[in-house]
Formats: sequence, structure tokens, C-alpha cells
Amino acid sequence: MKSFGRAIHAEFTKVTTTRLWWMLALIMVLYVALVAGGLTAILGTVGAGARGPVLSDADRAPLIYSFGSSIGYVFPVLLGALVTTSEFRHKTLTPTFLATPKRGRILVAKLVALTVFGGLFGVLAMIASVGAGSGLMAAFGQDAQLGSSAIWALAGRAILAMALWCAVGVGLGVLVPSQVAAIVIVLAFTQFVEPILRFASGLTDWSAQVGKFLPGSASDALVGASFYSLSAPSLVALDWWQGAGVLLAYAVVAAVLGYFTSWRRDVT
Amino acid sequence: MPEGVTIEFTNVTKRFGSVEAVSDLSFTVEPGQITGFLGPNGAGKTTTLRMLLGLVTPTAGTATLGGVAYRDLPSPLATVGAALEAASFHPGRSAADHLRIYAQAAGLPRARVGVVLEQVGLGGYASRRVAGYSLGMRQRLGLAYALLGDPRVLVLDEPINGLDPEGIRWIRLFLRSLAAEGRTILVSSHLLSEVQQSVDEVVIIAHGRLIHRGTLASLDMVDSKQVIVDSPNRDGLGWALQAAGYAFRSLRGGVIVDNADATEIGGIAFAAGIPLSSLSQKHAGLEDSFLALVGEEGAL
Repeated sequence: MKSFGRAIHAEFTKVTTTRLWWMLALIMVLYVALVAGGLTAILGTVGAGARGPVLSDADRAPLIYSFGSSIGYVFPVLLGALVTTSEFRHKTLTPTFLATPKRGRILVAKLVALTVFGGLFGVLAMIASVGAGSGLMAAFGQDAQLGSSAIWALAGRAILAMALWCAVGVGLGVLVPSQVAAIVIVLAFTQFVEPILRFASGLTDWSAQVGKFLPGSASDALVGASFYSLSAPSLVALDWWQGAGVLLAYAVVAAVLGYFTSWRRDVT
Repeated sequence: MPEGVTIEFTNVTKRFGSVEAVSDLSFTVEPGQITGFLGPNGAGKTTTLRMLLGLVTPTAGTATLGGVAYRDLPSPLATVGAALEAASFHPGRSAADHLRIYAQAAGLPRARVGVVLEQVGLGGYASRRVAGYSLGMRQRLGLAYALLGDPRVLVLDEPINGLDPEGIRWIRLFLRSLAAEGRTILVSSHLLSEVQQSVDEVVIIAHGRLIHRGTLASLDMVDSKQVIVDSPNRDGLGWALQAAGYAFRSLRGGVIVDNADATEIGGIAFAAGIPLSSLSQKHAGLEDSFLALVGEEGAL
């Protein structure tokens, strides 16, 4: 148990001693703040003209704030995947396995340490979306709902989602040790493949029952609001805790498969 | 625990697909000595060392340290230190951070980081990112990692590879100082001359098989004895040697006679009335013996 704690400590230090984490965090914060702030400004301006559907205060705030996770989740996935694949790329598995020969222990420590980091990314992303969104809502004279407990529960669930996404990234990184391949998969899947699958699966009842288990759908179900539910209000969704379970399952299944296909193999 | 750890390979075999990299290899490395682990490139040295360290799983057989497999050592870095290649670093991390990570993982005091960096002469570069390091500095950082747990046993894979003369000189002196502290060192090389001055014992492999095991001096025993002889009357000398049944080659600097003794050759020349201008016994060098052992085809 003591050696497990040391392994988590070491995995944490691995992340903090390169520039990757704060560069990703910085880009994420700017991106989330820009999108959440920009949309608030558009809704504020359009709302005054009263054309098209006007969102109520109770709908607007959670939608805007959920951008922290609904568009920010790709950053913790990248962090998890890049930190893990860099161990293969830079051959640092050799000193890692020499210092801690129990390899399964290191993989679990990595999952734990990066889940914590994903949570930190979640906190930063929510500060960005809530900060930019609520500031502009106030400027337009709208209710930013900051006194609502439902909003803070949403923020908490979004942070949990970001933490789990980082673990999914670690799982992907062990499953696909090639760094370039892992980056391509993350970007192609999150930005292109999954949005199409989610849209297509919503077209029939039976496919919607499958589509709700897609990682992005599970994440949105966990958070409880996203621009997807706005564009398709009749969406079939999981309960929030089921969404968390599905995301966790993706992370664990990928990590276990990766343990057998790459992590446990000879280091030459 | 750290004192007197014997390294033991027992019938170790490793196959990569259809290629047998190491074949039924058995030998022990006694504590308190420097053992040279020699063989041409591709002989299976690195694979053998990685099996000892639990990085590669043997197809058959066992490799142990003091009777315990590396993966079962209670404190591996404090038992055996290993420097395997010069490229196991994240280029964006500083040397001190690199070492700090593994000190944390192994539960070693953080102060060890500064100590080992000073020991290998990198104290002034501790906070510089490894990306800017020369090959020699990377080799030193690899050694610093090996020394992190202050182990009594060191396993070094080709530590001299790719170094400039100054770096080679430094490593030789460093190995000698480590050995003077009574540490057990297993150092691999594809050139005997690189480690000749440092090692007490040699283990030689080629094509994954054990070829020779013994003291450095034992390599001399496998000398092929040659005599170098010359005469103003080379033709006459040649006739006399041929008549006596010796195989010889005529070179610019003299005639080389295989499997001969200088006294006998002198006697033959004297009996034939041939004046000699030079006569000496040639001992093949250790390097020649080494090459003869691993065979010409052994060098890939």
C-alpha cells in the first residue's frame, strides 16, 4: 500500500515536470471562455430582438456553463493519452518499471493520478465557462443563476466528467501506444465520428438505445445539460450516475485491454 | 541484503518469434568483482541483461539476484542499479526532475538526486532540460539513475558506446572508483579493449550462447602460438621451415610461423646454416583471442 502511494506520487510528478499540462490547460481555458462568452453574447443580443426561440433564464445558464465539459472534454482526454504514450515514445517505461517492477500497480497509479488531474482541468474549465458566461449575462441584465444549487450541482458533475475523461485518455494511451495514432484517434473521434454517430443514432428508436452509451452521450447525461439536448430535445439519455458509470467503464476496459496488449509486454 | 548479491542465470532462453536471441545461457556473477559481459553486436547481451532486470520475460529459465527475481525484490533500486541505454528520458524534463520521479517511486530520500548528479559530474546541469544534453551527458544521467538507490550491484549496458575519448577516459576511471568501493559490476561491451583495464572476469557470448567464462588472464590460455622470424636468406629459411613441416606466411616484416616455439625455429635455422636477422615469440593479444573465440562470423 505504501509503494502504491509512492507510485501515485511519482505519476503525479511526471505530469507536473513537463510543460504539457499547463499548455493544454491554457488553451482549454481560452477556448471554453471564448465559446461560452461568445454564445452568451449572441443569445443576449438575439434575445433583445425576440426572433426565434428565446431561452428562459433557467435554460440558458446551465447550457452556457456546460460548455466547460461539452467542448472542453477533449483536453483531459489528450492529457491522459499524451502522458501515457510519451512513456512508450521516450522509452521512460524502462526506468519506470525498474523503480516499480509491479507493472499493474503503476498503471492503476497512473489512472488515479490523471483522474485527479482531469478533475483539476474540470475546475479550470468550469471557472472559464461560468466566469465568462455569468459575467456577460450580468452585462445583458440576465439572471446568471449563480445562487441556484442546481447550477453548482451541474458544475460538480461536469468536474467529475472531466476527471473520468482523463482516465479514458490513459486507457486509450495504453491501448494505442503510438502517440501520433492516439492523437489522430482522439481528434477524429471526438470532433467528427462521434457527433455523426450521435446524430445518426437519434434517427430511430432502437439505435437511440445504443447511442446513449456512446462516451459523449454518457458524458452529457452525467453533466445534465449540453447543446446536444438543445438541438434534439427528445434525446434518449442515461441517468447522471449511469453516465458516470459508462465513462468509467470505457476507461477501465481500455486500460485492462491495454495492460494485456502493450503494458505487460517486453520492454526492449 | 545489499552485501554479497550473486547474479545467477539458469538455462535462460529467449525467443522473439522464430529468432532465438538467447539460447540456454547459464552463468553466475560473483559479488565484489567487475565482470565484463562481452560479445559482438547482436549476440544477445542487451536481451540477457533486460531479462535479469524483469523488463523482458524469458521464454525459459530464470535470472535471479541473490536468488530472487528482480520483480520480487523488496527494494529493487537499492539492490541493483542499471544503466541500459542513453535515451530513456523525456526531453522536456530536467535531469533533477527525471531522477526525482524515480526516487519518489522507489521511496528514496530526495537528497539522493543531488548526490548522484554531483557524483557523475552533472551537478551544474541539474535543472537544464535533457533535450539540450550531449550523448556523453545522457550516458552520465543514465549512470546517475543507476546509482540513485546506492546499490551494491550495478548493471551497465555498453556505457562507453558512442562516447568521445575524454568521455571514455572518464567512464573508465569512474568504474574503477565504483569497484574500489567494493561494488559488484556487470558491464557489457562489444569490444574487449574498452573494458580490458577494468574487468576481473569475463563472460563471452555469441549468437546467444556462452562461449567462454573465466578470468581475464584465462583468455591468454587460448592463444595460438606464433613465431616471427626473418633472415637475409628468406628463400633458404622457407625451405628449411617447409622441410620441418611448419605452416608459415611471408610478410613484409618477416615470416610468421603458426603453432611454433621460438627455440625450435632457432634450432632449425641453425641446423640449416641460415643466418637470422630476427626471432621472437608472438603472443596474440587478448583482443585477438576474443575475436578468435567469437569467430569472424560472430561480428554482425
